[in-house]
Amino acid sequence: MIVAKRKPFEEIKEMIKDYKKVLNVGCGTCVAVCLAGGEKEVAVLNAEIDMARKLDNNPIELGAQTVERQCDHEYLEELDDVIGDYDAVISMACGVGIQFLAERFPDKPVYPGVDTCGMSANQAVGWYEERCRSCGKCVLGMTAAICPVTMCAKGLYNGPCGGTNKGSCEIDTEQPCAWFRIYERLERQGRLNNILIYTPPVEWNDQIPRTLIQPGYKKPEKAG
Amino acid sequence: MKSGSNLEKVLKAGHFAFTGELGPPRGCDVEEVKEKAQHLKGNVDSVNITDNQTAMVRMSSWAASLILLQEGLEPNFQMVCRDRNRLAMQADILGAYAHGIRNMLCLSGDHQKFGDHPMAKGVFDIDSIQLISMVKNMRDNGTFLSGAELHGIPKMFIGAASNPFADPFEWRVHRLAKKVEAGCDFIQTQCIYNMEKFREFIKQANDMGLTEKTYILAGVTPMKSVGMAKYMKNKVPGMDVPDEIIKRLQGAEKGKVADEGIKFACEQIEEFKEMKGVHGVHMMAIEWEHKVPEIAERAKVLPRPVVD
Ligand code: SF4
Ligand code: SF4
Repeated sequence: MIVAKRKPFEEIKEMIKDYKKVLNVGCGTCVAVCLAGGEKEVAVLNAEIDMARKLDNNPIELGAQTVERQCDHEYLEELDDVIGDYDAVISMACGVGIQFLAERFPDKPVYPGVDTCGMSANQAVGWYEERCRSCGKCVLGMTAAICPVTMCAKGLYNGPCGGTNKGSCEIDTEQPCAWFRIYERLERQGRLNNILIYTPPVEWNDQIPRTLIQPGYKKPEKAG
Repeated sequence: MKSGSNLEKVLKAGHFAFTGELGPPRGCDVEEVKEKAQHLKGNVDSVNITDNQTAMVRMSSWAASLILLQEGLEPNFQMVCRDRNRLAMQADILGAYAHGIRNMLCLSGDHQKFGDHPMAKGVFDIDSIQLISMVKNMRDNGTFLSGAELHGIPKMFIGAASNPFADPFEWRVHRLAKKVEAGCDFIQTQCIYNMEKFREFIKQANDMGLTEKTYILAGVTPMKSVGMAKYMKNKVPGMDVPDEIIKRLQGAEKGKVADEGIKFACEQIEEFKEMKGVHGVHMMAIEWEHKVPEIAERAKVLPRPVVD
């Protein structure tokens, strides 16, 4: 899932300092699961802002609403009637949701309440680890299902580099070397042949905003 | 001849090569480069010019290489994949060649985290093996990576690094094979201290026929002090410093530790001269350039051959 981290409070406070009425919109999907921007986090942030602004003698009126998914028109519709009451919006969705919400309400200043940090797996409660950078051309078949783009600090396709150190990456003894693990797993599966051959330069697919149309579907006439 | 560089000529003529290294300054002081270069002149066949080594910003490698050319030394232009994408790399290769640079060393580069700009974006558009292949393609097929034709072809002598000591050991020779397959003409290895492991590595490379397809220059860095040996052992990723070396240095008389370090380096070089599959030594006397004449003398690699 997409994971995010709540922005530092001071940064959020500074962004909205000139507004008197702000709507804080949470998202009920990924960012709710990773404890960054769901209903609960919206309530917590609003309480913090409310208190801080009172202390500053600059009271603020805050609204709270959490929609199922901010990256979907269908769920943003419910904001159509309320948004007009506010000067600005904080969105606690991931970067996709924040932009999508802002596109629907182009007259409203929209501010991010979180920093989006990648596509990660849940290792334990509150602990997430990145696994994919959505490069657009998956090579996990070659690399024993360990991503060289994300898990290798240099994103090498012909690793390991000379810095691999007793199984850890040169950047940190706590960080396993992706290529060491790729080697181990391929060896275990008798598939080392996969990496004996040279992998030519990658044609990067993530250099322009990408669109995706699944087979059997087409782009709507008036796509936003 | 692929490039006609001095290094290539020396190796091709069957001489035991001896190369040096020079780190460009952290500023634009030309005198600093010239000063270091003077110690190397006449004592080595070619000088590696490091490229933002340990991810610290320095005078660019090609620029310092030009100063060396002006001083009458042959540079080996190092290029890392960390700081440039494929456009900038190819552009620099063309520019370097146009100014007379004939050797290149293709490297991944230390991670930016180690340097003075740890939050810089690491480029790594292509990796070191892909870089080797790109330079070879420019030289042998006369095309850019994109396939478009070059007007004026850079004929580089292509080098790469090899670390025989990083894990997994069994994989190291295969990685060397990949570099050979990609097209490298010569290899300079990581600093060697564990001779036993290195002998095994070279044996594997000989058995796979790799040492007939590429020249191997064994990496040597004399230890200056016990502290340096310990630091290399514990702090430098991918470095293998056996305890005997540290003990040997500790056993040296007061004030004679550096001398013992040079003595060990010379013993290594004597062995490399006889070792099947080793074609020379790459002397990395880091910030110790002024010692190179003495080391070269004691290692009996002087005078350097002149090949037409
Ligand atoms: S190679 Fe890595 S970044 Fe690319 S799609 Fe696969 S998992 Fe994601
Ligand atoms: S040590 Fe391993 S994970 Fe780290 S940069 Fe090198 S190959 Fe990648």
